[in-house]
Amino acid sequence: MNTLSDTWSWLTTAAHWSGPDGVWNRLGEHLFLTVVCLLISCLIALPVALVLGHLGKGGALAVNLSNIGRAVPTFAVLVLLLLTPIGTYGQWSTIIALVLFAVPPLLTNAYVGMREVDRDVVRAARGMGMTGRQMLLGVELPLALPLILTGVRIAAVQLVATATLAALAGGGGLGRIITAGFNLAATPQVVAGAILVAVFALLVEGLFEAGQRLAPRRGPETA
Amino acid sequence: MAPPDDCLARNEWICGAYLSSRREILVEAVLQHLQLTAAAVAVAVVLAVPPALAARRWRWAAGPVLGLTTILYTIPSLAMFSLLLPLYGLSAALVIAGLVLYSLTLLVRNILAGLRAVPEETRQAARGMGYGPLRLVLAVELPLALPAAMAGLRIATVSAVSLVTVGAVVGHGGLGNLIYSGMNTYFKAQVLTASVLCVVIAVAADLLLLGAGRLLTPWTRRRA
Repeated sequence: MNTLSDTWSWLTTAAHWSGPDGVWNRLGEHLFLTVVCLLISCLIALPVALVLGHLGKGGALAVNLSNIGRAVPTFAVLVLLLLTPIGTYGQWSTIIALVLFAVPPLLTNAYVGMREVDRDVVRAARGMGMTGRQMLLGVELPLALPLILTGVRIAAVQLVATATLAALAGGGGLGRIITAGFNLAATPQVVAGAILVAVFALLVEGLFEAGQRLAPRRGPETA
Repeated sequence: MAPPDDCLARNEWICGAYLSSRREILVEAVLQHLQLTAAAVAVAVVLAVPPALAARRWRWAAGPVLGLTTILYTIPSLAMFSLLLPLYGLSAALVIAGLVLYSLTLLVRNILAGLRAVPEETRQAARGMGYGPLRLVLAVELPLALPAAMAGLRIATVSAVSLVTVGAVVGHGGLGNLIYSGMNTYFKAQVLTASVLCVVIAVAADLLLLGAGRLLTPWTRRRA
């Protein structure tokens, strides 16, 4: 109980929210990392997944990539990149590590979404004389959208988690509040940082959840 | 005397001298890694069955159970370990508890999916043969849910192996400890060796469970 009240007083102390180590600045860094890396990952993964899904090639790659991504420890990749020459260029090692872990869920979900489009619909589109590009953009992409968005949601949550871990390897973001708390052996600060991170992650998840609910539904229900 | 000019002194990524000179440290870290993973997954398996069965039996229970698992899974690992700090202190129990929560999430979802996939006809046939509710669960539903549960167990185990490394923040991270200390001293060989060993453990555990799953569910092999 004591820790709870200490945590509460940490969170309600105005000095902890301002300045370069303050919550607002760390939140800004975290948000920046998440958004920038989500955009980069989407730009890399989605075109590849859409084309592969349209052509029906590379399925094994798309599925195995997720499994590999799970087996490789995020923390290990963050540290490995930090020790390479890339690590000397500020945030770049963090950004690359984040992108590496956001790409697999995007790729896998978008690919599966494209392949699960009803083959009859695709054949009908071809029968109507649509070109490959028209079929991809006008038929398959809209029908695959729910699963693609699921992939984006998973990637976003993954990015928030990875960005938190990046603090262990010297990156910015809300994780720094936690690691600083550990270094000071200040349990209230550790818990306060953890609460902030958890709330942030749940907000991101909730936002995408709401977005998916509000998006117009087309095609078969996808879980 | 001139310092030795080997791969350790040159701080190379791949270094045989590191493997031979730090063998004991490596073995110890691997053992700790395996212990943490095994303890967490074992506890999670025991804890996962009741909520999955409850969510299957009572429709109203499914929403809260699945909602809770989603929330737990969304919380980043570093935050999860940190939230448990007041409860467990800087201990191995903290790492295990955090890993249990993640594994639990994956297992509950998969066991529930497996239970839901048991055909209604099978259930009715068992009832018609005089199976009571308990025997129906133990002898029919759970065995038939086993393939899905094993798939969940594999994912949970592989994730746990990778997440143990984060335990380095409280000093109980198995190979993660080596990665963490290697980062602070820019010791490339140590970081790479420990990282590779993590992946090797994950792949080995996955294959082991794949084999165990085949042995446990002989009826699924005939079709393949």
